[in-house]
Amino acid sequence: MTTVPRFNRRDFLKVAAPAAIALTHPGIPAGSAEDAPPRYVPTFFNAIEWKFINAAVDRLIPVDAHGPGGVEAGVPIFIDRQMDMPYGHGAYFYMQGPFHIDAHPTLGYQLQYTPRELYKLGIAAADSACKRTKSRTFADLPHLDQEQFLAAMERGAVVLEGPPAATFFGQLLSNVREGYFADPLYGGNRGMGGWKMIGFPGARADFTNWMNQQGRAYPYGPVSINGSKS
Amino acid sequence: MPTRKKPVDAVIIGFGWTGAILAKTLTDAGLSVVALERGPARDTAPDFEYPRIIDELKHGIRGELWQPLAKETVTVRHAPNEVASPYRQYGSFVLGNGVGGAGVHWNGQLWRASPEELRIRSHIEQRYGKKFIPDDMTIQDYPVTFEELEPHFDHFEKVCGVAGTAGNLRGTIRPGGNPFEGARSSDFPQSPLPAVYSAQLFAKAASDFGYKPFPVPAANSTTAYTNPYGVRMGPCNMCGFCERFGCFLYSKAAPQTTILPILVNRPNLEVRSNSYVTRILLDKTGKRATGVLYVDQDGREVEQPAELVVLSAFQLHNVRLLLLSGVGKPYDPVTGKGVVGKNYAYQMVGATTAFFSQDVEINPFIAAGAAGMTVIDEFNADHFDHSAHGFIGGSMIYAGGTGGRPIAQMLIPPDAPRWGSGWKEAVKKHYRHSASFVTQGSVMSYRDRYLDLDPTYKDSHGLPLLRMTFDWHSNEFKMNAYSIARLEEIVKTMKAERFVNEMFRPGTPYDTRIYQSTHTTGGAIIGSNPSNSVINRYSQSWDVSNLFIYGASAFPQNIGYNPTGLLAGLAYFSAAKLRESYLKSPGRLVDA
Repeated sequence: MTTVPRFNRRDFLKVAAPAAIALTHPGIPAGSAEDAPPRYVPTFFNAIEWKFINAAVDRLIPVDAHGPGGVEAGVPIFIDRQMDMPYGHGAYFYMQGPFHIDAHPTLGYQLQYTPRELYKLGIAAADSACKRTKSRTFADLPHLDQEQFLAAMERGAVVLEGPPAATFFGQLLSNVREGYFADPLYGGNRGMGGWKMIGFPGARADFTNWMNQQGRAYPYGPVSINGSKS
Repeated sequence: MPTRKKPVDAVIIGFGWTGAILAKTLTDAGLSVVALERGPARDTAPDFEYPRIIDELKHGIRGELWQPLAKETVTVRHAPNEVASPYRQYGSFVLGNGVGGAGVHWNGQLWRASPEELRIRSHIEQRYGKKFIPDDMTIQDYPVTFEELEPHFDHFEKVCGVAGTAGNLRGTIRPGGNPFEGARSSDFPQSPLPAVYSAQLFAKAASDFGYKPFPVPAANSTTAYTNPYGVRMGPCNMCGFCERFGCFLYSKAAPQTTILPILVNRPNLEVRSNSYVTRILLDKTGKRATGVLYVDQDGREVEQPAELVVLSAFQLHNVRLLLLSGVGKPYDPVTGKGVVGKNYAYQMVGATTAFFSQDVEINPFIAAGAAGMTVIDEFNADHFDHSAHGFIGGSMIYAGGTGGRPIAQMLIPPDAPRWGSGWKEAVKKHYRHSASFVTQGSVMSYRDRYLDLDPTYKDSHGLPLLRMTFDWHSNEFKMNAYSIARLEEIVKTMKAERFVNEMFRPGTPYDTRIYQSTHTTGGAIIGSNPSNSVINRYSQSWDVSNLFIYGASAFPQNIGYNPTGLLAGLAYFSAAKLRESYLKSPGRLVDA
């Protein structure tokens, strides 16, 4: 892995992000200068949960030389907005009981929680587990401790007083990746930074002139559904 | 009491591919037809318009075009003695919804069956002996031959404007095509698009082994094309958004781009969307359908009387509606008696993913669901001698992805970090320089793999969900391992930095969480007599002679190919018989 200079997330945002945020969310009042990211007031997550989400996203997709960090890319905003979409309310899922929570894992998600409930319960349980073992909430832990805690959740090696840690982690990681790579329409992938990092041309969706040029690198940057280019 | 509608000549349940095919046939014949579709009305414009359709989150992940599982899903268990759990979130397969059905968001890989697969039991017994077929394997012959279906395969390919290269034209093997295919009466209606880069690499490597790579038959139009019904299609631009999306270019064959345009103004056809059929109504004898009961878009219960009932919903829904309606005897896995729900099967898919160096530009986003792909058929069906291998069936092996959607189609090595800087490094490094090569394999049918009604879970109308009892058998693990071994030999020569096999360890349970294939089959199978099947060779119910059932529910076992070509061939074969015989003199078309 390449060694890269470590940016402080807040410093980076001060330098790089405010203009983009202001453009994307006109009229949304600025938050406290201390609470990242500024200028977006979550509608679903409360202040404590919002701190958790931002801290977790910052570890799952950190700021580094490869590409934009998840926070800077608007991933927390994406997740907050998704929670107010039908998806967050579980509208896409069959939610009738009984719930066989001990069913074989290959039979898929069997909890009674909607994504909204999973986040609320998962964050509270994760914070309380961190307080119990480290005397601080997840967001207030050093990066290394945060990463160890996330890895333990991923492995199911930490027992939460709520949903299974691996299930909550899986939900979080899925939504984080979605927010990083979905069209900017949904609040994440700001400036199409996720797409630029990997070289996905977004909604261009026309390669008529490239069908006969196999093996050549496609040269154009992405466009988004609303017509932004990069 | 339900509202009773004016009787019609025919009612169609489910308005996807086979519903559209039958709607054309029946309205051509002058019948008054009502088509009931559970989902919304949909058309290219405005539903699939650029750029809104190019939205991976909305369509590729959340599945806005799919059946909402909140209202109805299936339950799944691995064995008959287990309690089934609901398929609560999409994973293993995706179900169509709305006008066009899964024909809207399919890839367009349009295959015929191999001739020997239509008489599989006889063929295997003849070539390898009776003992080669395990006792619990319940495979059976189709009561119709490749030669009988051929004109109908041919017609449907022209309807869809399929692009391909003929491998067997009237018995002459031709270079560049599939040498294993059954004889075709005419060439494909359109020429294939060039292979994408990963497919070219594969074709070269496979050729070096002496295999015969050829373009995947693609229902992705490659030119400005007019089909036999006078419907025009546009050329595909390889946008990379077939699978899970509607086509904004009128290129991908779908009912909307091939058949529905000539039906919309027919006075004898009425399409009622958001109409959820809950029951096929039978008369007192139970031998004759009198119409259907459905819940309309305002939640009212409606009775639609009809002389002829066409059941053309998705495979799983066909089986469920038969069970809910009491048509035919439900299958009992203990006695092996009964037929409705019998022989559920699936597909077993494997892959070898190659991670190339940074100078190999795969451009995974330049793609189509079928166009630009290359395939070999040496290890599919019974195209090779199985005697030393101890399994039945096989896989087609293809190259060229269906797209480079970054949320769902990201390829990174399994040992790469799943998050953090290591993950970023991996996705950045591999996204444009990796390719998956896929084995899509058949699954045979077995005595203990079947569909019935769940005793516990209900849909939003309070009706029992369908229950799927399914897991892999050793035959399929052997098939998968053999297919992957052949694929790996090819990929090894491609000079990738590394490659990784995705295959099934024997004993791995069926995993509903991971997308594998929407090619679910069986449960209302076709056969030679009422004790081994639900429908006869003309897709007519053995029990209720004015009920015809279409779709992959007819397959007695699965094949390695995609199912649409075969199920459409069966539908057109049936439609011809309806036109020529049944509509003039309704009654049982095959003596039991």
